[in-house]
Amino acid sequence: MTINWFKYASPASFYFLAGRMIPYFSIAAIIFLIVGLYIAFFSAPTDFQQGEAYRIIFVHVPAAWMSMFLYLVMAFWAGIGLAFTTRLSSMVASAIAPTGAMFAFLALWTGAWWGKPMWGTWWVWDARLTSELILFFLYIGFMSLQAAIDDPRRADKAGAVIALVGVVNVPIIYFSVQWWNTLHQGASVSLVQSPKMATAMLSGMLIMALAAWMYSIVTILIRTRLIILERERHTAWVSELKEGVLE
Amino acid sequence: MIWWIIKRDLLLAMRRRSDVLTTLFFFIRVVSLFPLGVGPEASLLRVMASGVLWVAALLASMLSLGRIFSSDYADGTLEQMLLSPVSLPALVTGKTISHWLVTGVPLVLMAPVLGIQYDLPMEALKVLTLSLLLGTPVLSLIGAIGAALTLGLRGGGVLISILVLPLYIPVLIFGAGAVEASTAGMGSGAHFSILGAFLLVSIVFSPWATAASLRISMG
Repeated sequence: MTINWFKYASPASFYFLAGRMIPYFSIAAIIFLIVGLYIAFFSAPTDFQQGEAYRIIFVHVPAAWMSMFLYLVMAFWAGIGLAFTTRLSSMVASAIAPTGAMFAFLALWTGAWWGKPMWGTWWVWDARLTSELILFFLYIGFMSLQAAIDDPRRADKAGAVIALVGVVNVPIIYFSVQWWNTLHQGASVSLVQSPKMATAMLSGMLIMALAAWMYSIVTILIRTRLIILERERHTAWVSELKEGVLE
Repeated sequence: MIWWIIKRDLLLAMRRRSDVLTTLFFFIRVVSLFPLGVGPEASLLRVMASGVLWVAALLASMLSLGRIFSSDYADGTLEQMLLSPVSLPALVTGKTISHWLVTGVPLVLMAPVLGIQYDLPMEALKVLTLSLLLGTPVLSLIGAIGAALTLGLRGGGVLISILVLPLYIPVLIFGAGAVEASTAGMGSGAHFSILGAFLLVSIVFSPWATAASLRISMG
């Protein structure tokens, strides 16, 4: 049996595939979230240095991971869309951006909430905080560029260029911010945790990260479906869908 | 080809000198506003000088980015250039170089004078000027990508700042850092090497990215 790998590159067939996948990933997201939150609040021990306040780690770290990872995924799909002019890849890329920006914002926000009780300050110009802030700016740049362009094909390509330029820059920005920080000796506090974490803490964090993954997949699929409908509204299959012919 | 474009753009800029001067005066104004805002203590100003001058250079260079392509776009010249058989990256390189000559070089020349206002010592003035000399072409090169992407868009001016400013950050860090390192007695050689590396990398990549963006923007 030969498999047609490109079947789901067509927005019309991906629309239905995504529709079938969303329930499974939603259930997985809910299960991981419940288990993760249970471990976070009841099973993980109280940290002897940081007390109860450390528990924000269960949201903060997964959010920071996702924000970085999603940028790479977004740039990857945008680049594929630019190179092979596959419309669906570009649609997925623009569907990823808001979720990534949300996670970057969440990481910054929860970081501030964590910083206040731990370091006594909402914000320090630490290398990681600064580069997360810049990552957030990059997401905003990508989204505002796409929002300013009316022609969707041009928006896809322009967004791809800026996403790829951003990817080249992310390591440069990260290392320059790090070097800048060590030069300045500004923040005396360090984000570095004690090397050993309790197993319950680590597993809780990993399960919350899985929940964040599943949540991202669900929102991205939903948003991709909406983008497909919006862009393909003049096609035959969408009007058939509207009349209830297609299921 | 590159020379021809540079000559043409410089001639155009000289015919409309006010554009060049506006950018330069913007730079001077921004730099002179800071002492009014934070107070005239020389010790404070000396610490801030490199950062203030670099941020002002960043803003001045960014504000003039729209001019790289917009007038040629408006009168149709750009379309003819795209249709012509010459290599688009070479053409874009020429336009970027002339943007740097028109906006970057005056800033570099003006910087030591403004540095004196901030009571910078002689050694630091030299380092500041040299760092701007290495850094401002990078700003033009990165900015050209943003200018090409936002060509003809509504709200292009604000949009370009959102796109380009995060990418300027490494240049700012090492440009301003060079001055700080030299006043701290650490030597600024490493900073210059990195600024030079940025310049080389952006010379290699930016014309291609800009050319691709122009093709996208012009459909």
